[in-house]
Amino acid sequence: MPFVASTKTQPAYDVIVVGSGAAGGQTAYVLAAAGVKVLMLEAGRRYDPGSETPMFNTSRHAPLRGAATPDKPFGFFDATVDGGWRVPGEPYLVKRGAAASEWVEATATDVGTKQNFLWWRSRMLGGRTNHWGRFSFRMGEYDFKPRRRDGMGIDWPFDYQDLAPYYDKVESLIGVFGSNEGLENTPNSSPGVLLPPPKPRAYELLAKKGCAKLGIPVIPSHVAILSQPQDHLRIPQMLHPHSPAMQKALADNMQTRLACMWATHCGRGCAIKANYQSPTVHLPPALATGNLDIITDAMVREVSVDDDRRATGVHYVDKKSRQDRHVKARVVVLAASGCESARILLNSKSAHFSNGLANSSGKVGRYLMDSVGSSLGGQIPALENAPVHNEDGAMTMHMYMPWWKYREQLAGKLDFPRGYHIEFGGGRGMPDAGSFSGMEKFTGGSYGKKFKEDLRRYYGSFVNFSGRGEMIPNDDCYCEIDSNQKDTWGIPVLRFHWKWSEHEERQAAHMQKTFKEIIESMGGRVTSPPQSDGRKAIYPGGSIIHEVGTTCMGSDPKNSVLNQFCQAWDVKNLFVTDGGPFVSNADKNPTLTIMANAWRATDYLLEELRKGNI
Amino acid sequence: MNATIPKRLPRREAIKWVLAASATVSLLDWRGFGAPPVMAKGYGTDPDLLETYNAGDLWPLTLSEAQRRTATALGDVIIPADDKSPAASGLQVVDFIDEWISAPYPEQQHHREIIVNGLTWIEAESAKRFKKSFTALSKTQQQAICDDICFAPKAAPKFAKAAAFFSVFRNLTTGGFYTTAAGWKDIGYVGNVALPRFEGPPPEVLKYVGLI
Repeated sequence: MPFVASTKTQPAYDVIVVGSGAAGGQTAYVLAAAGVKVLMLEAGRRYDPGSETPMFNTSRHAPLRGAATPDKPFGFFDATVDGGWRVPGEPYLVKRGAAASEWVEATATDVGTKQNFLWWRSRMLGGRTNHWGRFSFRMGEYDFKPRRRDGMGIDWPFDYQDLAPYYDKVESLIGVFGSNEGLENTPNSSPGVLLPPPKPRAYELLAKKGCAKLGIPVIPSHVAILSQPQDHLRIPQMLHPHSPAMQKALADNMQTRLACMWATHCGRGCAIKANYQSPTVHLPPALATGNLDIITDAMVREVSVDDDRRATGVHYVDKKSRQDRHVKARVVVLAASGCESARILLNSKSAHFSNGLANSSGKVGRYLMDSVGSSLGGQIPALENAPVHNEDGAMTMHMYMPWWKYREQLAGKLDFPRGYHIEFGGGRGMPDAGSFSGMEKFTGGSYGKKFKEDLRRYYGSFVNFSGRGEMIPNDDCYCEIDSNQKDTWGIPVLRFHWKWSEHEERQAAHMQKTFKEIIESMGGRVTSPPQSDGRKAIYPGGSIIHEVGTTCMGSDPKNSVLNQFCQAWDVKNLFVTDGGPFVSNADKNPTLTIMANAWRATDYLLEELRKGNI
Repeated sequence: MNATIPKRLPRREAIKWVLAASATVSLLDWRGFGAPPVMAKGYGTDPDLLETYNAGDLWPLTLSEAQRRTATALGDVIIPADDKSPAASGLQVVDFIDEWISAPYPEQQHHREIIVNGLTWIEAESAKRFKKSFTALSKTQQQAICDDICFAPKAAPKFAKAAAFFSVFRNLTTGGFYTTAAGWKDIGYVGNVALPRFEGPPPEVLKYVGLI
């Protein structure tokens, strides 16, 4: 009985997991594999990628040819349910405009906004894993000890080496293509872990050739997509040596996952399970053990505690009946996303925890981070009128540029302390409603037969570069509860403070300069002038949807919320395994690290359960 | 005859439309326009992604038959038939434009005002210059008007608004045209097909872009 009604729960569970995305999926997977009885609560609806994914559907059959709207900000086919930059009935508060003093409800529907922060949520089984970009870069040694390296930010309470085995495990479990290049602070995976990367596209090779002149490495991307079927004999045995039942559950699911067929966009989800999303990869084997129950449409508002200052379970709103319910467990794990988990903790006020739960340090909600994002487009004459060929591939970049200036930076030769990697896309993608908008810049306003010829010429000749840079946690970026406003479920909402520092703004300006150089190295021209003012080059906070921080881990209970195993200092049987524990946000997209860290934390949780400590 | 191409207007109605357009041109300030506000709801945050949607399924359409005729004619000036693909009207681009400007979302409602006003303007301009509906003009006459408004940076100040309209209309026309199978074929998009392997660019492409 995997999916259960809110009235059919067991009297008590070993562990409650709040959230079903990367963190919740990974946590529940490890717990269920170990024979622990788990109840997962998901705020959104049940979602089945097998039957709901619009594979191969074309925009011709979608409203507005699939264009983005406020209802579906990443386009009609995006695998986001009841979410995006706004969630119906669940507002958050922001400041709008530079000097704004009033808190207002967030209304932005895209990143071109004066809003200080944007918060992307989705209300569906698997959460944001259903649509994410699947970029899976390991954080490196420097990234865990940034303060030791340059005196800024916060060090993690463990080293890369502590997490390396878990990176191997996660990559093996979910399936990641890529290559080992041995570059600085860009760790290799263990032999046999990565799947082979797909061949580069023409524009990617052209960028590589251009970047060689600039000393910028262009290497195969790491993406959670199966470029070939997984080894269902070797991997389950390696991951679960002591559990034949879990080996079988995993092997069975692996055999239902097909390799990528190099078509139809991953952002829609994947009916053949060729990419990672929690509902196709983490949840099926966990459910197959019989140890996992899932309740959907369950909006958690509070963790309950007893007089011994232990968590006893959670209160949630059953969204269908709007009834308040309570479920019990020995251990509670929050994996609801950094900000949502912080919100639950801050709303869990009681006589023992008047400042919110696990918040004796006052750090819950603090050190909220996103990635630095900035983009610039280029038009490349060498690609004009290229011979017709299929460039779909993995629907995301096959190559990328890892940060390459560690030494100059450490030597103080750059005016910003942390690095960025470059993501890029372009070429002969499926035309959408806006693909040829604004072409008059190149065509001089042509129409008629000349216009058709012009479009044939320019199609496939555009390349867009986006930076993803490290943000250093600061005191000005945090979320807190606004006690005056509640969502439709009666739960007090978050409000967001945000201020980029000069470190991020200068980095964004550097991105713009670099993108221009790359475009020109390819013989191209920029499609708009590069922005030399970093404040204008940088997207608003939250835009990149790399939401981490808010329940920071550390080695001192006085200035951190969690220990190195994501266990709350103040409440021994309470854990947070999403992006919240992060104390740095390296330029590496965080999802892979969320999963590796969640796996490590859950191993510790299991050990503590076994020892009877929690 | 394709069912979605508007039937010929009765002559009397066509004249009325031209005269009405002509009368409004001097008053036209591009701020307000006659079409009633869009009251429909959007498709929401959890639409059925597998359904096939056609223009008019989700919200009522805006354009009158006369406006559709003008839009169809203008679409075919922008994308005429050639040896690779049909004209915009052959792919029912006007249905897409009408669907677009009728949608209850801010960007689309903004475009609604521009498009409806622009169609009115272009008819008025036709009447002023040639005493005929835009749809009845010769190619040369249609081009005479379009040449004045096809490129905003070079348009005379008095044509600035009309040029902004033309830009939006051309964008929407390409959006409607190149998202179809015939549009893909024209432009050379040959993806969205399952492949056993991704082979990368063929040698002739590598050679063409100077990589081998």
